[in-house]
Amino acid sequence: MGILEHIIILTLLLLVAIAITRLKDLLAVVMLMGVYGLLSASFFVIMDAVDVAFTEASVGAGISTILMLTAISLTGRTVSPIGHKPVLAMILVIITGGLLVYATLDMPYYGLVDAPANLHVSPRYIHDSLHEIGIPNAVTSVLASYRGFDTFGEVVVIFTAGIGVLALLSVPSPTPQEDTNEIKSQNIAMHHQHLVLRVISKLLIPFILLFGLYVQFHGDFGPGGGFQAGVIFAAAIILYAMLFGLNTARKAVSLPLVRLVSALGVLLYGSVGIVSLLNGGNFLDYNVLLPDPVAGQHIGILLIELGVGITVASVMIIIFFNFAGRNGHLLNNQSRRK
Amino acid sequence: MMILGLYSYWIVIALMMIGLYIIIAQGNLIKKIVGLGIFQTSVFIFYITVGKVEGGTAPILAEAYSQYSNPLPHVLILTAIVVGIATTALGLALIVRIKESYGSIEESEIQEKDNPKC
Repeated sequence: MGILEHIIILTLLLLVAIAITRLKDLLAVVMLMGVYGLLSASFFVIMDAVDVAFTEASVGAGISTILMLTAISLTGRTVSPIGHKPVLAMILVIITGGLLVYATLDMPYYGLVDAPANLHVSPRYIHDSLHEIGIPNAVTSVLASYRGFDTFGEVVVIFTAGIGVLALLSVPSPTPQEDTNEIKSQNIAMHHQHLVLRVISKLLIPFILLFGLYVQFHGDFGPGGGFQAGVIFAAAIILYAMLFGLNTARKAVSLPLVRLVSALGVLLYGSVGIVSLLNGGNFLDYNVLLPDPVAGQHIGILLIELGVGITVASVMIIIFFNFAGRNGHLLNNQSRRK
Repeated sequence: MMILGLYSYWIVIALMMIGLYIIIAQGNLIKKIVGLGIFQTSVFIFYITVGKVEGGTAPILAEAYSQYSNPLPHVLILTAIVVGIATTALGLALIVRIKESYGSIEESEIQEKDNPKC
């Protein structure tokens, strides 16, 4: 068992990727990207990377598909054919691929216990993390404690990307006069068609939010943590915005508040580092936070995971609302021009 | 044995090259982003396969198990996925702005508008 599923999923991934190259309809391409994300998530489960699979399923198959769809709705869905045949690109790719395949002949075979990658650092994480950090999920201990500084960098990158999207796409929120009746009726017509979806998602949204909180705070003991929880939490709000319209969602979720909160998450993460500096330890050294080092680790991990979750969730919400808001903005402008 | 042992690396390389080919050969900017996504996921798959240990289990420590897969690649890739979506969103935002100012997201048409002479 294992090896067969392994080969099947990898082959399916390859087939999906080939189909993506050949398709001319961007809508189909984006849907296949969702399939591709879900397939790779299942592959990660076979590879024991449950935390990664969790993230890929919510990001690759979920949020990224939605973002691509909103982008396509703004840019159009057909690809115009290129005039020339890309022979040069083909040759380049084949040569590079051939060289890489040649390089793999020296690689350790799949699954070897004594492969070089598994001999350094990871034995320490596996053998010592339980009494150094005191939580069973080794991925969370490495993410939040041993490599806490690295994760801080990642969170800052996500926050910066959120700022970038805001700078590129943000439009002034519509005033009541601008929010013309035409757009309103359009929205209502669109959203009344999906009665079943609306009722079901209204029932589901509280549970999705609850699940997000569970993933957030149970990340020490099972797969999960701030990154996954943030995405799931944002997914619930995005679902609401998709089915009930952007304006209704804006009333439920205050966007200026979300912007403020996204910065607060990064601030919370950084402050934990500063507090540990002030207590006489290194930056993000949680041992000094409380008299008992393991208890200090617990509180430190809890706080920084919270910071991660808050920032990821609010940045995802900001990104979606700005993409979707752009659409309404364009519609508004067009109708005014007419 | 060699084919089984190296199969996942070869698929990773194939996916990577498909991604690279899309980025180079396709003129549509959204398609390029999709190509980047394929390339990116192939790297994720590579890292995760390298960290897999035969007979190991997910690195959530419990008394019943002694053999675990390597947690380090999992951490690196987990954060990379979320950073990846954030940067993809930024790329898509740029494309939306390009569409608004050039009226097209085809590379050749954009170049034509930029310098009409060539």
